[in-house]
Amino acid sequence: MKSNNLQTIYVMWLREMKRFFRAKARVIGTLAMPFFFLISFGFGMRQGFSLPGMPQINYLDFLVPGIIGMTMLFNSIFAGISVLWDREFGFLKEILVAPVKRFAIVLGRIAGGITTALIQAILILILSLFLGFKILNPLGLILAILFMILIGIGFIGFGIAVASILENTESFSLIMQLFVFPTFLLSGAFFPVSNLPKWLKPVSLINPLTYGVDGLRASLIGFSQFSPFLDFSILLIFGSLMVALGSWLFNKTEI
Amino acid sequence: MLAIETKNLTKEFNGLIAVNNISFGVKEGEIFGLLGPNGAGKTTTIKMLATLLKPTKGEAKVCGFDILRERNEVRNSIGIVFQEPALDNRLTGYENLDFHARLYGLDSKTRKKRIQEVLTLVELEDKANVIVRNYSGGMQRRLEIARGLMHYPKVLFLDEPTLGLDPQTRHRIWDYILQLNQKEKITIILTTHYMEEADYLCQRVGIIDFGKIVALDTPQNLKNIFKKPTLEDVFLHLTGRKIRETEVNSSEKLRRLRPAHHPPIR
Repeated sequence: MKSNNLQTIYVMWLREMKRFFRAKARVIGTLAMPFFFLISFGFGMRQGFSLPGMPQINYLDFLVPGIIGMTMLFNSIFAGISVLWDREFGFLKEILVAPVKRFAIVLGRIAGGITTALIQAILILILSLFLGFKILNPLGLILAILFMILIGIGFIGFGIAVASILENTESFSLIMQLFVFPTFLLSGAFFPVSNLPKWLKPVSLINPLTYGVDGLRASLIGFSQFSPFLDFSILLIFGSLMVALGSWLFNKTEI
Repeated sequence: MLAIETKNLTKEFNGLIAVNNISFGVKEGEIFGLLGPNGAGKTTTIKMLATLLKPTKGEAKVCGFDILRERNEVRNSIGIVFQEPALDNRLTGYENLDFHARLYGLDSKTRKKRIQEVLTLVELEDKANVIVRNYSGGMQRRLEIARGLMHYPKVLFLDEPTLGLDPQTRHRIWDYILQLNQKEKITIILTTHYMEEADYLCQRVGIIDFGKIVALDTPQNLKNIFKKPTLEDVFLHLTGRKIRETEVNSSEKLRRLRPAHHPPIR
């Protein structure tokens, strides 16, 4: 009985889907934060917002791509880190002892994670439409989804890499504080990167999410601080590196 | 052909030698017991044979396949039921089995047929669509045995298969083990602390202590050689009365926190 890679990827994806649709509390929970950010910041910061030298942009329009980027970030990291939960609850042993290529397992996890993250990001997008957000055009929506997928791949890969090195889930909350929060706070999601002081700006510029949010903004509202091609290339490189790193580290995992 | 063959198998963790140069063989169709105190190296040995850990030194063959160079062939030939549960408890029993079947490359028709077969063997047919979180400990263990058999393995590893279970389930599991061995000729390697279980089930036992095999023979021979009435006496004679502690890892902690008894859905 030779196992094949496509089946492996499919079954890992299928497992993610089943777990996602059964954990309704988790879905609502992970939607809640972006939703509240949208409502509070979107409406709260409406007055008195203008970008230096840029045409008049409604803060809600500015914020929505940022919130979508944040949603993708959180869900992707969580999907990657789920390796840690599998280790804690023992299921990782079942995966590691199977006669399959570890790379196929990683791809399956990525496929599953992207799908669930995308579902949530699109739900937030729909929500924002009700709040008054307007998408530029249908092509923009397709491009935005492409950027979402790229962001997802990169950060799931990162999550898998980190989870393959860590031994337990206590380190998980440390990762969240130390890494995830600064990443989305300094990504241009809430305010333009150009607003940052000189010493903080480099952090934003090496932050992959900065380019993800910028690409989303370019696609959805037609405004961006960098060239969309630059955004796309950087995300592609980041994604490839992270998937390679995550796969390599996961391949060496022992339990 | 021997089902299992090890030669100078060694595993070292940061200077601690967990498995120290062990060489032994398990015959095809045998029920072999690996006995030893806590921390003796039983689980580490099994993990190496199951290709979950790489040995530091030495070699081993499972069903004729090398554990380092032919890992996927080894994995295809073995089933394993771990000491700590390895189920996805947000999926149903059926879905856990289906996941395993797909991972091991069973085609659609074989999958469906085999799932029914193994569920019938462990008497879980009417619980197949229950989420595993709602299974009792005994049901989970039975499901894991069913899962280990899904891909028709030639060798089955059972790490403490009846640990913490009620007597009815224990006896059932012993029946399954004997049935699998006698009817389907599956080689079974089990580790256990229950000496009477080893005495009852195993054709030969190996006693391992501090990573080394200190005795290997049939339970009866061991009792004769060491002039002891029970296997437990032989064991205590060979390994002493000092209590061995092992480091508790977090999944063991979780397992202890889980309530021992669940509502009676047997």
